[in-house]
Amino acid sequence: MAAVQNKPVELDEIDRKLINLIQLNFPVSAHPFEDIAAEIGTTEDVVIDKLSRLKKEGVIRRIGPIINTRGIGGTNTLAAVKVPENQIDKAAAVINRYDEVSHNYLRNEEYNIWFTVSAPTQDRLNQILSEIQTELDCPLLDLPTIKQFKIQVNFHV
Amino acid sequence: MSEQKPVWKSDMDEIDEKLIRLIQDGIEFTHSPFAAAAVELGISEDEIVSHLKKLIEEKKIRRFGASIGHIALGFTANGMGVWDIPEDKIEEIGQKMASFHEVSHCYQRPRSEEWPYNMYTMIHGRTQDECKAVAEKISIAVGISEYKLVFSERELKKKGVRI
Repeated sequence: MAAVQNKPVELDEIDRKLINLIQLNFPVSAHPFEDIAAEIGTTEDVVIDKLSRLKKEGVIRRIGPIINTRGIGGTNTLAAVKVPENQIDKAAAVINRYDEVSHNYLRNEEYNIWFTVSAPTQDRLNQILSEIQTELDCPLLDLPTIKQFKIQVNFHV
Repeated sequence: MSEQKPVWKSDMDEIDEKLIRLIQDGIEFTHSPFAAAAVELGISEDEIVSHLKKLIEEKKIRRFGASIGHIALGFTANGMGVWDIPEDKIEEIGQKMASFHEVSHCYQRPRSEEWPYNMYTMIHGRTQDECKAVAEKISIAVGISEYKLVFSERELKKKGVRI
């Protein structure tokens, strides 16, 4: 759990304002950083410098479109596999090989590897899960969304 | 195993699809971040903005904005709450769970004999104790004590969906 020991990146007041703004209210415009500067009362150069630093330090992964898989005609699921402790790295490599796997976490549970898959078709999704299950030879849970009550990722700082 | 690349046959028009492919790995932090894509697509930056707004309106894009490296911010604990909820209470309890601001995702998923949980809540916190306290608060509010909080021990991949 190396990440736990890492110290959080230090933020000043402008950093905080920026982080809170760019998650849910990023301006969709031709010159978004100028708009952000006006909004928080600074210059575009400061905004760009600050955001570039936050990106370098891993606070911002990217600024771009968050695709709604089902909205563009695709499908997705959450899957979990039960993998022996000594095969976790191998299993992670097998699962992560697929471009369609977007998130993958090791968790403190009997089913210990949990990952999300987004694919253009149900056939392709089934194929991926079946290949993973065959290659790892382990129990697998396929847990597609029945109903989405909320998706609102927002880290307030 | 197959090494094929995903082929998205979405109902998006060609420009929308090309636009997403051009910017999905993230825009540059410059005065005109869409300038290069505009040249590539042969349309103006304002037209790109209109396309993006339409994609958001049509819910093909969930939002346009930043993906955050929450670990760098100190949100190192990530607890997935899994709940066993009576079928006839799913709607009511799902709404209630979703109303907690600490919950980022709340989904109903199928239960099975092997895994008897049918509701999932993602809780991010600075410590595991913080997540546990939130889960306990939710448990009391919805009157469900059959749940587990499954913590992430390691991030094996986080990339976001690409087409």
